[in-house]
Amino acid sequence: MNIIVLSWRYLWSRPLAASLNLLLLALGLASISFVLLVSQQINRAFERDLAGIDVVVGAKGSPMQLILSGVFHIDAPTGNVPLAAVKELEKNPQVAKVIPISLGDSFRGFRIVGTSLDYIKHYDAQLASGALWDKPMQAVIGSQVARQTGLKAGDAFAGSHGLGGGGESHGQTPYNVVGVLAASGSVLDRLILTSTESVWKVHETDAALDAEDQKILEEERELTLALIQYKTPLAAVTFPRFVNTTTEMQAAAPALEITRLLNMIGVGTDLLKALAGILLLTAGLSVFIALWSAVRERRADLALLRMLGAPPRKIAGLLLYEALWLALLACLLGVLAAQGVMAVAAWALQAEKSVVIGAFVWPIELIVVPIVALGVALAASALPAWEAYRVSVFELLQSR
Amino acid sequence: MITSRQLSYRYVNGPALAFADLEVAQGGVLVLGGASGSGKSTWLALAAGLLQASSGDLTVAGQAVAQLDKVRSDAWRAKTIGFLPQKLHLSAALSVYGNLALSQWAVGQKTDHKSIHAALAALGVAELSERKPSQLSGGQAQRVALARAVLLQPKVVLADEPTASLDDDAASAALDLLLATAARLNATLVIATHDSRIKKHLEAVCRPFLGIKLASSPINTVASSS
Repeated sequence: MNIIVLSWRYLWSRPLAASLNLLLLALGLASISFVLLVSQQINRAFERDLAGIDVVVGAKGSPMQLILSGVFHIDAPTGNVPLAAVKELEKNPQVAKVIPISLGDSFRGFRIVGTSLDYIKHYDAQLASGALWDKPMQAVIGSQVARQTGLKAGDAFAGSHGLGGGGESHGQTPYNVVGVLAASGSVLDRLILTSTESVWKVHETDAALDAEDQKILEEERELTLALIQYKTPLAAVTFPRFVNTTTEMQAAAPALEITRLLNMIGVGTDLLKALAGILLLTAGLSVFIALWSAVRERRADLALLRMLGAPPRKIAGLLLYEALWLALLACLLGVLAAQGVMAVAAWALQAEKSVVIGAFVWPIELIVVPIVALGVALAASALPAWEAYRVSVFELLQSR
Repeated sequence: MITSRQLSYRYVNGPALAFADLEVAQGGVLVLGGASGSGKSTWLALAAGLLQASSGDLTVAGQAVAQLDKVRSDAWRAKTIGFLPQKLHLSAALSVYGNLALSQWAVGQKTDHKSIHAALAALGVAELSERKPSQLSGGQAQRVALARAVLLQPKVVLADEPTASLDDDAASAALDLLLATAARLNATLVIATHDSRIKKHLEAVCRPFLGIKLASSPINTVASSS
């Protein structure tokens, strides 16, 4: 017999109360764990996809929309900008690298992105099979695209107009899959990549009436947006203003927009945190009431332990250990529940072709959960333990 | 061996109790009689080192109880006193075996399977060791509680109203069991009771028990409100 076994037995001698308290405490801890996991995952996903993109230049409109559509591929783009204007920016001495992005078509809900090979290099993506494109109308697909559509190197497919799928099909100009990227956890996993020329070609072939018309269209070629890396961090001060005032385009700094977005999400997580706090407070109170009534109920038992020769601290320790057992169990249940919900969310987001989040990460911030559990347990058991400490053996002799 | 001289206890804002001098040999039996409120519980508490006497001397098993401080009295009580409470107070959360293991835990000993088994067997309840107290009859429960009281081989066994709410047959059986158990350990047995049957039974029964001297002095209480 030791205090660990004994407190366990005492805890489960009232199974209903123990289960309810465990449930309450576990719910509170699960909410906290969930908030922690979500914010960590979102931050990580954003950071990974941002990967050193200093500024995004595109059509005027909402800067947040520009970032969401151009970097994370979760919103519609703001519009198109002339190719010539972007070429002009390339000559700017502050600009180190320009990655063009052309959007507009999709295949079964996956975006077809016209870009340059720099885009793949930028994310350090590796080929799982096949090769990169070297001609228009060749496509390299992300790992998730390959998995969900069954496409592989050597297959052909026709894109459809629009990003949502179900648009008019570009059947005359099918793409050939030449390569499949290895899963990297970045946004590339759910994209179909091709050269910008391919995107122009698809639309020009569809629209051009004759060779002359084709020429006119070629002169008016457009891009959706451009991802830009600076040569020097100082450019952040002047470059966006330069673009916004002297061109018809807008420049949006992803870091700034993401901070804004996280602040908006932050309201949600704050709300969840508050809810978790209330749950934990309730759980703490409930544990307190349970322990308090346990002391009352077992007063005579505890007094008998004193009579048998147990020092008061041992009696108080018994109560404390009971609370610690609850905390430990609730911790395990809570974290597992939160991870379970995260896994379901990851699966659902992936099915919707939205932000990729990894399941079962164990951020260091989760250490907060056992600390909170311990705190609640100690706070809830302090008074009952003190009451147990003061149990007088003499009462035992007088309880007639 | 229990001796007391000029023992008295005064409650804060309460009555003062003075107890008759007494001397019980090791292995003897002492019956504390008298109506409720006459100080039986107080005397038990003094003997167990739970209360400090206001004046006088009380020596239990060679230890002057007044000289024990709080911390040492817990350890002393654990190895010297076996206690059979009136309501038994077997823990409902634990099995019979667990209840005995609990008293070893209380004094900081490791669970000793052999001595638990021996204590239960000596009282004829070894086969009940896996049962919960709620699955015991009244008589079985009392045997288990007695096994717990003598598990650590105390020199003194304090029994608080051991025959309350028992019919005549059960009461004499319970008493015989107490006497036999105390005699086996050569422990001094103190029975606090207001049950008049006990004294009669003891007088009838004690002579045949060799070595047991009955020191059944009713505690002479001089109760007065202060």
